[in-house]
Formats: sequence, structure tokens, C-alpha cells
Amino acid sequence: MSPALFLFRKREWIYFAILAFVLVIVFPSLFDNFRLNLIGKYLTYSFVALGLVLCWGYGGILSLGQGIFFGLGGYCMAMFLKLEASTPEATAIQSTPGIPDFMDWNQITSLPFWWEPFHSFTFTLFATIAVPVALAFIISVAMFKRRVGGVYFAIITQAIAAILTILIIGQQGYTGGVNGITDLRTLLGWDIRSDNARYVFYFICVALLLVSLIVAQFIRISKFGRLLIAMRDKEDRVRFSGYDVANFKIFIFCLAAALSAIGGAMFTLQVGFMSPSFVGIVPSIEMVIFCAVGGRLSIFGAIYGALLVNAAKTSLSETFPELWLFAMGGLFIAVVMVFPEGVAGLYRQHIEPLIVRGTSLLRIGKVRKPRPAAE
Amino acid sequence: MIGDYTYTEFTSILAMQGFAGLTLFSVFVLMALGLAIIFGQMGVINMAHGEFMILGAYMTYLCSQFFSVYLPSLFSIYFFFAMILAFAASFLLGMLVEWGLIRFLYRRPLDTLLATWGLSLILQQAYRSIFGAREVGVTLPDWLMGSIALTDIIEIPINGLFVMGLTALITLGVYFGMFRSNWGKRMRAVVQNRTMAGAVGINTKMVDRMTFGLGCGIAGIAGSAFTMIGSTGPTAGQLYIVDTFLIVVFGGAGSLIGTIASAFSISQAQSTIEFFLSGSMAKVLTLLTVVGILMLRPQGLFTLKIRR
Repeated sequence: MSPALFLFRKREWIYFAILAFVLVIVFPSLFDNFRLNLIGKYLTYSFVALGLVLCWGYGGILSLGQGIFFGLGGYCMAMFLKLEASTPEATAIQSTPGIPDFMDWNQITSLPFWWEPFHSFTFTLFATIAVPVALAFIISVAMFKRRVGGVYFAIITQAIAAILTILIIGQQGYTGGVNGITDLRTLLGWDIRSDNARYVFYFICVALLLVSLIVAQFIRISKFGRLLIAMRDKEDRVRFSGYDVANFKIFIFCLAAALSAIGGAMFTLQVGFMSPSFVGIVPSIEMVIFCAVGGRLSIFGAIYGALLVNAAKTSLSETFPELWLFAMGGLFIAVVMVFPEGVAGLYRQHIEPLIVRGTSLLRIGKVRKPRPAAE
Repeated sequence: MIGDYTYTEFTSILAMQGFAGLTLFSVFVLMALGLAIIFGQMGVINMAHGEFMILGAYMTYLCSQFFSVYLPSLFSIYFFFAMILAFAASFLLGMLVEWGLIRFLYRRPLDTLLATWGLSLILQQAYRSIFGAREVGVTLPDWLMGSIALTDIIEIPINGLFVMGLTALITLGVYFGMFRSNWGKRMRAVVQNRTMAGAVGINTKMVDRMTFGLGCGIAGIAGSAFTMIGSTGPTAGQLYIVDTFLIVVFGGAGSLIGTIASAFSISQAQSTIEFFLSGSMAKVLTLLTVVGILMLRPQGLFTLKIRR
């Protein structure tokens, strides 16, 4: 094994540097503001995919409800922005000035108590992470402490995603209904719709993503990461070795939820609205495919997967709207049947050997030891 | 006097609401029966189950079109041909899917889930390309229209009654198929001990394929029945898939009685709450209760004790 240079191995440092280079330098210089904003939107899904790599790829817990946490994070941020946009002056024409417009349309005359704390930006930042993680904690404690896992966990999370969507759509007066929370304007007095703001948000998003990657890598190489793999492959043996499997699972599921929530909040900031169409069953399972296409065992792959699938979705649904669902369905089947390790697996099998051969030609005489096959 | 209603009005409303719940119950049972076989017995997650149902519904639609144009004299009984056609189409497609997709994934249930979701997307788009995005409905023959008036206020629609009768028949059929026929014996043997079943000469692969096909075929019949009380669109299957999975899990996978009991309690709860609250809140409350109970009792209401 090549020497571990703090967290990453040598080659992984190169991957990390390439990714950072592409996100920080190549994309901003290559694309105009509109496209960059679009990429920023795709990157918010990378947070979810990254969480799924840890939770599903390493932990073996398939959650079909990541949209719940993405949506909750996004909604928390949207509630703050909406309150800031609904000052009594800006909403003077409403019958009750000072409350969000959709509440006024639904004959609600005062702000519900649970909206009140979202006047504070500090509280919002806290709630953006805390609310989804709290829900994830409740779900996972209830399930994992009773040793429910696998398929049942997937179905239950999916059901919760469905419930949350129905609830949001049904309670139109409190949540904005099927349209979601729209018409968001400023963040602490700063216009989020300006080109300048979008540019800044893109870089904030990239910075957060790179930090999340380092956190994920830290977990991956730690003892906890090893335990996750062990739990995925032989849960009972880990339990018999004296570890409390449920606690590890709860932790990783909550971490994935927190990552999704960050993604959701960044989504709201960059796209300027939040709606139930990012919460329900269909978006949640699409998020799984981002992760699967990238490679469920590769934290770098997750980011490329989210970028690739979303870019394909945008371009295909612009030109051939009918083809998109066929392509998406085919992708689901192909990623399961043909390349279960996703893009990262293809890279590892076909491209990496070439690079290794190329570099070893350059320094003849050095003996290269093979990579450990643990991952 | 209860609220704004007189006593008789109130009981009539309860009766009508109960009947609406029974119709919902029939649809749930029909959908869940196929899934109870595929998921409950084989352990395969078929997310495309709703699309197999819609296939049956579209077959019925085609049949009604065909009979009204070419065989108007037989139109009053077209429904029985439609059901056979719906079963055959879903059965064959199910066997094909098992052969091409599922059989490679028996050891990877989570991957099956993703692959069948992909299949459901493809089928949805196929329906949209072939039949159009708009919802289609079938024309019911005269004898199925109208309703029976029991009292001045209570009226019971005939098509609802017919669907209920059909459900009872199919449920009985599945029961006899699973517990009284040779096929059922083989299927249960394979579920309980695959190696041993193979050793005594059961062709386990063929049993798998037949079981999957039959589950899909029953979904097709469910879709056929579904056309009688609602219209069919390309994405209609997706609306029901979560409810159906919850019903099967709630009832206890592998238990036929459990599936029926849970379909009954869920549909009755939903239609009763619907009377007091809005439809969406009724659904939220029912599903939340089910999820809550499942968290406390993950094995479901009824469980079969199987040595694995």
C-alpha cells in the first residue's frame, strides 16, 4: 500500500484534486451563469448521492426516502426566505399583511406558531440540519433497534416519503401545497436571484461538497468504515463480536440525512423555490440512481453520477421528452444487471489499469504492489 | 340527532361510507393478492406490480373497443373475455420479465427493487406512447350500470357489487391454488426449503417462473376489475404501489389471511376518516398508523412460522 498521506491515499489525493479543479476552475470558466447555476443544482443532488454511498454502498441500508430529508432541509431554508420576502410592506395588498402570500390565499390570518422561529437565520441554519436528522433518528431508532432492515426498511422509508408529500400537498395553507414555497427574494437583504448571488452560491455549494467529501472519506477509512462493511456483509458476526449494530446504523443513516438536508438547503438557495415534487417517491428513488450510476462504493463516483444523470436528464428531456423515461428505466436496469459498481467500477476495471501501466512505464524498476481489494 | 344529521341519515351515511370502504377494500385485495404471492412467497420486490395491473386495465379497454365495433351482439359479456385476456397478457409478460430480469437477482433483493422500478418507468412510457397520456375509461354494459336502492337514502352501485363478488371469487381461487392444488404444494415447498424441494424432483426454476407469472396475472385481473370503477392512465399504477406494499407488509408477508385483514382495516379506516377529515388527511393518518404499528411490530399482523 502506498503511504497514507493523511486521510487519502496518494491516488485519491489526485482524484480529489482533479474534482476540485473541475468544480472550482473548469466549470466556472467554461459555462455562463445560467449553466453554472444548473450545475450548482445538480451538485446539490451530489450531497444526497454521497450520503447514499455511505448509507447504502457501505452500510447496506437502502433508503428510498432521501427526498424526505432533502425536502425538509430545503423547506426549512425556504421558510426563512419566504418570511423575509413577506414583510408587511411587501405584502401590503393582502388582507393580512406580513404573512406569506399562500397563507393569505388560504384564509389564514396569523402566522402558525411553528413558522415563528424561522424569522431567525441562526435558528434556520440549525433547523435545516436538526429537523431532518431528528426525523431520521426517530425512524432509524424505531427500525434498527428492532432489527428491521433491508427490503422492509426501504418500503417503510418510501411510505414515509409518500406520507410527507400527501401532507405537504394537503395542508396548502401552511406549506404552499403542490406549488411549494415560491417567490423567494432575498437572504439577509441580499438578492438571491442576481447573477452575483448565484455565482457565490455555486462556490459555497462546491466548498460544502468538498468538505463533505473529506468527512465521508474520514468515515470510510476509519474503523467505523470497516465496521460498516462488515455489518453489510455479515451483520450477525459483527453483533456476536460485541458491537451494537443498531447504533452504527442509526449514526450512518442520520449522517446521510444531514448530507441530504445540506443539499436541499443549497437547492432552495440556488433554484429559488422548494416544492413537494422534490420530496416524494419518484425523486427519492431517482436520487438512488444518481448514487448507483456513480458507483455505490465510490464517494467520488457519487458526485460524477449525480452530475452525469442530471445533465443527461436535462438534455434528453429538452430534446426528446418521450425518450427520457425509457432512458431512465434502462439506466435502472443496466446499473443493476450490467455494471453494478457504476461509473467508478468501469473506471477501476478499464481505465485505471491503463494509467497504472502508463505510469509504471515511466518509472521502470519500481515494483508496484496491487491495491488491497477491501473496498 | 348527531351533528346536523338525523339518526337515520347518519346511519345511512355510515352505511354508504362503509360500502365505499368495501369497494376500496376489493381493489386493495385484488392488487395485494398478486403481490402477496410475489413478495410474500418469493420475497421478490416487484415495483412494476402497478404497471402489470395497468396492463390488464388497458387490455380491458382494448377489448371493450373491439367488442363495441366488431361484436356488438356480445358486448354485454365482453368483460369475461377481457379478464381472460388481461390475465393472459400480464401472465406472459410476467414470465418474460422473470426470465429476462428477476431470475438473475434472487439473491439481491434491493437490486431487484431498483431494476423493477426501471421496468415500471419503461412500461409507463410505453403505455403513454401507445395509448396516449390521457386517462381512458371503458363503457360498461347496461346490466352493470345503475344502482340498487335499499332505502330512500342508501343506494348501492351495481358495478361496486360486481367488483366485490369478483374479488371474493379470485381470493377463493388463490386460496385453493396455494393451499389445495399441486402447484401450490410445489410452490410452498420451494419457498420453505429450496434445496430439498429440488432434491425431491421439483423443477424449482420453473416453479419460480410460474409463481411470478401468476402473481402478475392476478394483477392483470385486478386492473381489469379496476376499470369498472375508475379510469386508467399510464401512471395510475404508481399511485397504488406504496399502499399495496404496505398492505402486504402490514398483513405479514406470506400470510394470505393477513393480507386480507390488513386490506380490510386500512380501507375501512381510510374511508371512515375521510368522512370526518379531508381525503388527504385520511390517507396521511391511515398510513402513519400503519407505519407506526409496523415500527412496533415489524413482522406484521399475522405471521407464518417458517424455518429458514
